[in-house]
Amino acid sequence: MSKTTSQELLSKFNMDEIMNCMHCGFCLPACPTYRETGLESHSPRGRIALMKGVANSQLSVDPEFEKNMYACLGCRACETACPAGVPYGSLVETAREVVEDNKKSEAKPPFLRQLVFDKVFPYPERMQALGTALWAAQSAGLQTLANKTGLINILPRELAEMQQAVDKIASPRERKQREKVMKAEGKAALKIGMFTGCIMDVMFFETNQATARLLTKAGCEVVFVENQVCCGALHAHAGEKEGAVELAKRNMEAFERAGVDFVVNNAGGCGAALKEYHHWFHDDPEWKERAMAFVSKVRDANELLAELPPLTFSKPLNVRVTYQDSCHLAHGQGVRNQPRQLLRSIPGVELIEMTGADSCCGSAGIYNITNFDMSMQILDGKMEHVKETKACVIVTSNPGCLLQMKKGIMRAGLEGQMEAVHIMDLLARAL
Amino acid sequence: MLDTEIRKKLSAIVGEKYLLDTPNELYAYSYDATPIHQAMPDAVVMPGSVEEVSAVLRLANVHGIPIIPRGSGTNLAGGTIPVEGGIVMNMNRFNRIYEIDKQNLTATLGPGVVTADLHQAVEAEGLFYPPDPGSMRISTVGGNMAQCAGGMRGLKYGVTKDYILGLEYVLPSGEVLRCGGKNMKDVAGYDMTRLMVGSEGTLGVITEITVKLLPLPETKRTLVAYYTNLVDAAKTVETVIASKIIPATIEFLDQSTMKVVDDFAKLGLPLEMKSMLLIEQDGPEELVVRDMERIAEIARQQGAAEVKLAQTAEEGAKLLAARRSALAALSRLRPTTILEDATVPRSRLAEMVEEVERIAEKYQVQICTFGHAGDGNLHPTCMTDERDKEEIHRVEQAFEEIFHAAIRLGGTITGEHGVGMAKRNYLDLKVGAGGIELMKRIKAAFDPNNIMNPGKMFASSGRRRVVVKR
Repeated sequence: MSKTTSQELLSKFNMDEIMNCMHCGFCLPACPTYRETGLESHSPRGRIALMKGVANSQLSVDPEFEKNMYACLGCRACETACPAGVPYGSLVETAREVVEDNKKSEAKPPFLRQLVFDKVFPYPERMQALGTALWAAQSAGLQTLANKTGLINILPRELAEMQQAVDKIASPRERKQREKVMKAEGKAALKIGMFTGCIMDVMFFETNQATARLLTKAGCEVVFVENQVCCGALHAHAGEKEGAVELAKRNMEAFERAGVDFVVNNAGGCGAALKEYHHWFHDDPEWKERAMAFVSKVRDANELLAELPPLTFSKPLNVRVTYQDSCHLAHGQGVRNQPRQLLRSIPGVELIEMTGADSCCGSAGIYNITNFDMSMQILDGKMEHVKETKACVIVTSNPGCLLQMKKGIMRAGLEGQMEAVHIMDLLARAL
Repeated sequence: MLDTEIRKKLSAIVGEKYLLDTPNELYAYSYDATPIHQAMPDAVVMPGSVEEVSAVLRLANVHGIPIIPRGSGTNLAGGTIPVEGGIVMNMNRFNRIYEIDKQNLTATLGPGVVTADLHQAVEAEGLFYPPDPGSMRISTVGGNMAQCAGGMRGLKYGVTKDYILGLEYVLPSGEVLRCGGKNMKDVAGYDMTRLMVGSEGTLGVITEITVKLLPLPETKRTLVAYYTNLVDAAKTVETVIASKIIPATIEFLDQSTMKVVDDFAKLGLPLEMKSMLLIEQDGPEELVVRDMERIAEIARQQGAAEVKLAQTAEEGAKLLAARRSALAALSRLRPTTILEDATVPRSRLAEMVEEVERIAEKYQVQICTFGHAGDGNLHPTCMTDERDKEEIHRVEQAFEEIFHAAIRLGGTITGEHGVGMAKRNYLDLKVGAGGIELMKRIKAAFDPNNIMNPGKMFASSGRRRVVVKR
């Protein structure tokens, strides 16, 4: 089989953007993997240089390059730090695409990877089935059994470790019984299409319900739009561009049909991807235009709630909380103040900022499974900053971060003293 | 590629984990923050102790392998590019502050400590380390020392060399030496500390630094003044100083920089103006207030069209935003951004800015000028594209003429970035053939085999890459 030629590589990379990196190094202190390792190859500047090396045929697309491209969390904190405005997130996605294309031309992709990206995420019903299987396992006490009997050791260590942080998930009946439309309290000012997210809707079903409830309180009619699918972010981050583009098209069609004012989501990672759909259709003017219309309607739930009339709360919570930014909400979408503003509006909530709140927790999509050790190293450092705040609630706004923070609480031995909560759930508690 | 035997020995010294020589790792140390220059090292080591540094140097010295000491690689002179191959010695593991001595007002630290981390640590004690180069959030104190970095507070507080009191360093022979210390007065022999500062890694490897600290100023205030011409801005700078006021900072932006900055940051700058000054004073509250009032008055007398005094720290920060976003705004215009640092006595500032404008026009290249007006240290910044060879040639010609102009006005080719590779062919303009000869003899006394950062400071030594003597 033939390898990708250097000409093909050059045309894939956006050389103008790569050249825009002036290697000043301002991104280095913002990069969690550089801070952990002190290695230039583990910094955004280093990775862009390696891409340039590959594009210029000075380096080859080999396992070392692959390892370096996947060692990146994709948190995009470097984009906030970059004086030259280099779109690092999309560069690293292209680099991973190059890696994956190169492998496909050589051999079959690993079974698990293909199973996840081609056979599960694109199909909501399969995600639901996976959720049902998980629910069944949890209900039957299999999780405890597995934990106790060492059955858990059969799973890869990384998966086994992370699944300990998964909360009890909603039953299939609860999920099926959801109302498709939730009426606004009072006169509906806006019609909202709820983007449920694939993982979010299975593992954090209640959070989606809470988000919808909050929106109805704020005068919105909320529609759970049918036929929506995974946003495609995980595909894009993993170099599966074709799959990502297909998912994007299906989502745009679904929300166009629903005729909503805004497309609202509560997962920073999904939101960042939804807001970038127009960049995925550079060679397709028709879809690019549709994507631009779609993107203009996408809002994170924090963003929209902060603009709507203030929520009225009836239950003071009396807790000290700290907020862990979702990287793709803060660095990807620039939404930093809104969640903090919402938290401060809850009666009895004292918000204490932790050092490095906008630095990645190490979750980063599936990074905590693919690069488990580095992820845990970053998480342990994060937990030290959490402890300094003496908060008893860590608030997040992305499912991946939420799971990771739950895991962090376990690792720090703080179970029972501290909890990790999605911001929408915390807001809903105070209603 | 390293000889297998030498590789084995290096690995035994620093440990396999801290010896990098795979293609990606080598590539990642083939550049620093300097545009265009790039060259591959043969290995990268990350020593963890002075003993390891000494052993690596001894080995390299015997075999004639170049050693390139490196911090975070943020210099703008090509100072850490392994232009003749060899071993990049990354000093980032020397990243501990050993002591903050409140009686003697000193701090002792490893060269790999990040400058901003030092700031944070000493400021927590109410102390102050003034040097603040633009890259301070990631640059290391060791790197600042090697290049003698400056910054925005240079006018009142001086630059890195004014704060380095003592050093521990290792010669290529492996010998570990100390110079200076905590003494404010010390005239025992030649001032080796001053010699090592700004030596750009060409003499030895620094393994410990003692810096001087000051009490942290109580407060600071900022003002901005806009001018319809260059001369009035320059006259303001001269008159302020002549009135025996030394502000902490006087920064300057020319019209072309203002336009680009405003376009990027939407600050609402008055773009019909030809230049602007940002002036900051720090110290005890009443002195700062008095100084700022006088500075504002001088600015108006010297013809400023508008003077704005910030009332709060936030307002001050907003005013400084224009200067802070200058590099960001300029670097977005074209793929390659070349930031130079020609410096003149402050009384020649206006002439120098006009020279830069004339030269940019002559060679048809885009150059914006901003910089530290208070100490005559300008940053003529050229936006270009390194892939366009013809344009790059014109850029080189323009900069050569800028260096000549700076020298003619009694200035220097580099105020705070260093010579490195970028300006090695122009050093003679400033120090003359005799000066270069003497400097080379000093280098030979430290480094007879010329292994320390070869190809820097002096025009190429003509050595082929990776010469391994046996």
